[in-house]
Amino acid sequence: MSRKRLVMVGNGMAGVRTLEELLKLAPDEYEITVFGAEPHPNYNRILLSPVLAGEMSIQDIILNDHGWYAQHGIMLHLGKKVERIDRLRRRVIADDGTAADYDRLLLATGSNPFILPIPGNDLPGVVSYRDIADTDAMIDAAQRHRHAVVIGGGLLGLEAANGLRLRGMDVTVIHLADWLLERQLDETAGRMLQRSLEERGLKFLLGKQTEMLIAGTSGRVAGVRLKDGLELPAELVVMAVGIRPNTALAEAAGIHCQRGIVVNDTMQTYDPKVYAVGECVAHRGIAYGLVAPLFEQGKVAANHLANFGIGRYTGSVTSTKLKVTGIDLFSAGDFLGGKDTEEITLNDAAGGVYKKLVIRDNRLVGGVLYGDTADGPWYFQLLRDSQDIHEIRDHLLFGQSHVGDVGHQGHSKAAAMADSAEVCGCNGVSKGAIVKAIKEKGLFSLDDVKQHTKAASSCGSCAGLCEQILSATIGGAYTPAASNRKPVCGCTDHSHQEVRDTIRAQHLLSIDRVMRFLEWRTEDGCEKCRPALNYYLISTWPGEARDDPRSRLINERAHANIQKDGTYSVVPRMWGGLTNAAELRRIADVAEKYQVPTIKLTGGQRIDLLGIRKEDLIGVWQDLGMPSGHAYGKSIRTVKTCVGAEHCRFGTQLAMDMGVKLERMLFDMYSPHKVKLAVSGCPRNCAEAGIKDVGVIGVDSGYELYVGGNGGIKTEVAQFLVKVRSDEEVLEYAGAFLQLYREEGFYLERTCHWLERVGLEHARSRVVEDEENRKALHARLLAELQDARDPWAERVAGVERNEYEALIV
Amino acid sequence: MGEWKSICMLEDIPRLGSRVVRATGGDIAVFRTSANAVFALRDHCPHKGGPLSQGLVHGNQVTCPLHGWKLRLDSGEAVPPDEGCSRRYPVRVESGTVFLQI
Repeated sequence: MSRKRLVMVGNGMAGVRTLEELLKLAPDEYEITVFGAEPHPNYNRILLSPVLAGEMSIQDIILNDHGWYAQHGIMLHLGKKVERIDRLRRRVIADDGTAADYDRLLLATGSNPFILPIPGNDLPGVVSYRDIADTDAMIDAAQRHRHAVVIGGGLLGLEAANGLRLRGMDVTVIHLADWLLERQLDETAGRMLQRSLEERGLKFLLGKQTEMLIAGTSGRVAGVRLKDGLELPAELVVMAVGIRPNTALAEAAGIHCQRGIVVNDTMQTYDPKVYAVGECVAHRGIAYGLVAPLFEQGKVAANHLANFGIGRYTGSVTSTKLKVTGIDLFSAGDFLGGKDTEEITLNDAAGGVYKKLVIRDNRLVGGVLYGDTADGPWYFQLLRDSQDIHEIRDHLLFGQSHVGDVGHQGHSKAAAMADSAEVCGCNGVSKGAIVKAIKEKGLFSLDDVKQHTKAASSCGSCAGLCEQILSATIGGAYTPAASNRKPVCGCTDHSHQEVRDTIRAQHLLSIDRVMRFLEWRTEDGCEKCRPALNYYLISTWPGEARDDPRSRLINERAHANIQKDGTYSVVPRMWGGLTNAAELRRIADVAEKYQVPTIKLTGGQRIDLLGIRKEDLIGVWQDLGMPSGHAYGKSIRTVKTCVGAEHCRFGTQLAMDMGVKLERMLFDMYSPHKVKLAVSGCPRNCAEAGIKDVGVIGVDSGYELYVGGNGGIKTEVAQFLVKVRSDEEVLEYAGAFLQLYREEGFYLERTCHWLERVGLEHARSRVVEDEENRKALHARLLAELQDARDPWAERVAGVERNEYEALIV
Repeated sequence: MGEWKSICMLEDIPRLGSRVVRATGGDIAVFRTSANAVFALRDHCPHKGGPLSQGLVHGNQVTCPLHGWKLRLDSGEAVPPDEGCSRRYPVRVESGTVFLQI
């Protein structure tokens, strides 16, 4: 059977991204033909401003070169404008007579700049700011003329004005509204922006309307006359007063248009064989002009063109950044607010910093940042996730780094960092390397950056910084995905929540079934989704779903930690951090017998034997005669204790005893991520319970329980959960809390991240306030741990022996 | 070319798993995919030398256990954007026995 034919009209970013997504899903589904009116292959329109400013060249901003089209067998017609769609014969015809038949048509005709209907608007020297030709015309004019007038003080207008000024022109911006960027900024921020642009030599005429453009003796434009009579010299006039969806072609073909080509949530037009994406589209009455929503549309259109039929586009919340080097400005959502909103503002006029956050019903609905936009992506995330912020409200304005965080995330202002500054400390990636990759390889998402540069791909603590660099480099084109909707991995579009819900609702019991039911794109997943699915299955259907060792990463499969040289480390269980002479003697014997090169005390009060060959693991475990310390697993790691009232003269509770009880209860618990506990016998807190997933602090009248602490990548102080009287209550509350985490946490989400997502109130209402639910949670945990096993003893007895034996030839 | 040596039975390698072969010229990782295809690569990731035999197998790829590079089992090439290659060894399966050419 011959392949179906897909014709795309418009060779811009939205359209080509749709093709890229389509080729990923169904590379052989279509024979593809592309018509582009411009003589260039797909380029990054967002970066025209840096080109105009002389910071980049046209070559730098090409996203898909001719080779890309050839490689995918795409017939590319450049410099040909499609004039007609014959929907009856399913054929498009270009201005030079070239025709192409289609089975599916994708319209990505973009938008046209709006040209003011004033006399002189067609004079030579009057340009819009839309494509490479406009940019070239401006660069050319800057070399030969002196005066430029930019009509329109919006994003594009200001970027054009800044570029022309940098190229030496005398630039005046005429703007109808009373302040600049009135659709992105409030008046205060608008005035601050104006001042800093004036310091750069730009001139502004606000609240002014243009009456006509005046021709000079050469026939070229020579001046601008305003309604109030004022005249300005201008050999170059840039009209940047807005864009209009380019619907002429669709309208002429009788496809329904209303302020854009009207599409449904699958990006289909009123003609079911015709899809449309990008700036030409009106979706639920909105035409988007920023790249991020257009990419989301492309993804959905590709999904349907590939006959997968599952994606839906439901609209986007957008944010804005101005791409003028050295000016930091961020705006998102409802930044003006109204009667039903509250505002939190910071206005440091002398320091050039202004922040305004708009809040409705304890949720962030909009904001403007000027001068310090480091937290822009974080606010945007809060806004998109519609997260309840009342718990962090008093710190909100000071940014993410003030919300219980002493990690380096968000501390440095991405824009102010030197190119040589290190961003990713794990992989040694500098800011310059990231910016270069973003520009040269056309990266748009955090995942792209991780893949291409390796930054943020290890511990992830610089992810926030990478997001800032992305948004500083490509501006509003960068939109972080809402965190509760992020797909599990590249194998699927389903989120962790959707996968969990489906496993429960459909009673799915194997990874295979989940992948088939949710239409995984890959045959057997990848190293990201398989461990996650394995966890969700076992935690949802304990006793029914079976563990799949092939879906455990090496440490959990081998029950030891792999080291950089391929050897392993062994940490035997020492309940509550307690040991005795016999155990120490056996450890010493093992160390000698297997020539263990390094013996180290861990932060969790255990002994680590490092440098053990895999083939020796079983012998080591057998000789140790101690249970696994699970130092390698997404499981209970350690319960750290102080000496407590057993010995200490300040001790109020038996901390060691309590610690051992907790650790024995939780032994072999499988969880979304590792879990660490601590028990201190008095408020001096020598066991450092304040940075543990569950911290227990003894007081004279009982115990205080703290949850969600973390001493790792991002130090997080545990929050108070409840005060209890007895040891039994400690076990019940801690057990119930951890069971709730096990049932609700996303895979690889620590308790602190889970609590950040669902809120402490949520955990408190389930665990503290609802006694029945607490007891049920605790009972479920105990039932699951009833058949807890020591994986080392099992392996000594012969389980999975293959894993530890090499083949010899 | 080296000679063909019998190394194990097919069922000695778990599906979506691997075994390591200690050969005189260095370790070789032998993989079995979900479709029961068998591949062999030098047990050494081109990135930082991680033992590929300890990685997770998916499709026709293995993910290195140390830093997550993905290598194609059929060619030994790293999956872009990473660049590098691990040596590939010929393997065949005959009546359930796996042979490796070393």
